[in-house]
Amino acid sequence: MRVVLAEDLYLLRDGLSLLLTAHGHEIVAAVGSGPELAAALAEHRPDIAVVDVRLPPTFTDEGLQVALAARRARPGLPVLVLSQHVEQLYARELIADGAGAVGYLLKDRVSHAGQFMDALRTVASGGTVMDPQVITRLLARNADDRPLALLTPREREVLAMMAEGRSNAAIAQRLHFSEGAVSKHTSSIFAKLGLGASDDDNRRVLAVLAYLDGTRSA
Amino acid sequence: MNRTLPAARAALRGSGAALRRLLVLTAVVPAELLLLVVVLGSFVLWFGLGIFFLFPATTRLARTAAGLARACAGRWSGVPVPPPYLPRPGLERTLHGWFWTGHDYQRHRWFASVSRTIRWLWKDPATWRDVLWVVLNPVVGGAIAATPPLLLAGGLYTLASTPTHALAHLLAGTALPLPGPGPVPAALLALALGLALTAAGPALAGPALRLHGRWTRALLGPTERSRLARRVEQLTETRLDVTEAQAAELRRIERDLHDGAQARLVAVSLRLGAVAALIDRDPDRARSVVTEAQENVAQALQELRDLVRGIHPPVLAERGLAEGLRALALDVPLRVEVRAELPGRAESPVESAVYYAVSEALTNAVKHAGARHAAVDLVHVDGLLRAEVTDDGRGGADPGRGTGLLGIQRRLAAFDGTLTLISPPGGPTRLTMELPCALSSPRTSTS
Repeated sequence: MRVVLAEDLYLLRDGLSLLLTAHGHEIVAAVGSGPELAAALAEHRPDIAVVDVRLPPTFTDEGLQVALAARRARPGLPVLVLSQHVEQLYARELIADGAGAVGYLLKDRVSHAGQFMDALRTVASGGTVMDPQVITRLLARNADDRPLALLTPREREVLAMMAEGRSNAAIAQRLHFSEGAVSKHTSSIFAKLGLGASDDDNRRVLAVLAYLDGTRSA
Repeated sequence: MNRTLPAARAALRGSGAALRRLLVLTAVVPAELLLLVVVLGSFVLWFGLGIFFLFPATTRLARTAAGLARACAGRWSGVPVPPPYLPRPGLERTLHGWFWTGHDYQRHRWFASVSRTIRWLWKDPATWRDVLWVVLNPVVGGAIAATPPLLLAGGLYTLASTPTHALAHLLAGTALPLPGPGPVPAALLALALGLALTAAGPALAGPALRLHGRWTRALLGPTERSRLARRVEQLTETRLDVTEAQAAELRRIERDLHDGAQARLVAVSLRLGAVAALIDRDPDRARSVVTEAQENVAQALQELRDLVRGIHPPVLAERGLAEGLRALALDVPLRVEVRAELPGRAESPVESAVYYAVSEALTNAVKHAGARHAAVDLVHVDGLLRAEVTDDGRGGADPGRGTGLLGIQRRLAAFDGTLTLISPPGGPTRLTMELPCALSSPRTSTS
């Protein structure tokens, strides 16, 4: 895949370039600031952009803003956002356009190269990947809401993995279930949450997050 | 008619209350005269006979009386009069056991203390303005307070006495001792005068009461110098609070780093050492140690993240207060509605103070009030940033109990901010924070 990489810390940018090249991807541009990122995205039209939230010159959420603007210009542009912190606010903004092909991960996750490459592939193919921390915190703060309280602990676990963008097969492997058992769980979850079942990973995540989001204003 | 009648009744009640208060202020004039005699007498004794400890005692007495007058002006006349006195200076003890009074050295604590007190009172202009007030108030204040009741009394007397006088003179066949062309028009004139006086008394009661308050403020209110002295005292206090809070915060960060990330990194280093030793002999064991080291690193990163979030929350740093509060609202186990629109960004320390104050308020709403919903309102009007946190919990929050609210208050005080808590038992609780601050224009985004 052709990747545009935006990260202001040289060590991390270099490390990520190395990691991505080692896994057979091509770095078409590795930049260190927001304006450079905007230019690189417009020029190279990459298969995926890997973007750090906080970038110069403002050292605020420049990277995120550039990524969101690029996605407005080109809907569905795959963007994997990396950050030292995951914020629900930013997660919501990323998935808000409903176009999928977004990922939002802690920078730490790159140390597990396999998982990171999985996430990269999922996002590039239009899926949605949310850091487990986003999911954990979403579940924690909504634990008292009635429909969520109906879920069994096992179903919550499956829901969290679904929200991370895992397929039934991946969940089955992770929890040492059969795939059939997982799909039984997922249909039970959808039934309890009042959502129509769907096999589409992306729509599953959106449904989960939309549901959790909806419980706030309900 | 329907509307004017209650209004007229209220006005009548108002002037009735004002008259009663003026009567009280008039009735204390003899006591004020007594105070005048005591204060002036003590001065004579002091200057004449050198009984120096009378000075602090009578000054204190005058201050107590002035304090009562201030309270009256605030409560009755609607003219708040803050006390103007300079703060009492401290007594310093030298290494040799002497006492520095700010003026001279004294061997004994008692002498030093009296000397310092006398100097403090003597140098304070407010003391002499108190004395001036003690001298003038029986006359000026008394005259202001007595006028409307006297007018009313005179009017009522005229109204009551004119018919009986007129009747007596008519019966005796003598002329009325009143100016005017004849007995009957003169009596009517007297009645009109009586009515005018009777109306003027209550009508002037309110203005007279306010005038009395302003008179009190003119002599007993703070001067520019005492106002500045108070401000300096207040700034010293809040600066101390801030410095202490900062030191405590640094200690906490140091402890967290020491017990957390630092310890984890030591563990990582040890494990890597073990890997170096094991890598040839026992590659499987080495691999599992590497995994452990990776877990240690992950934990260290997590702890650093939590630490950073505690020092300066990322969204607050990146997007400012309104968005920071929105992100905060998403993280508390409570449904929080955030209504925040700011046309620019406040200074970073102000943002932090308000953020943590709101955070504390929401934590209290969850932990102590058992609230299910909360609302955060943030506005900036007329150079004042106001944040309001309302929850539907059980209320009954007491600012005196627990350190949380006190901490918020201290934090805001450093920016001249104030905290108001309304929390009746049974709720709802409403916490209002106000800080004077300017907003900068929003940062231009490159997106």
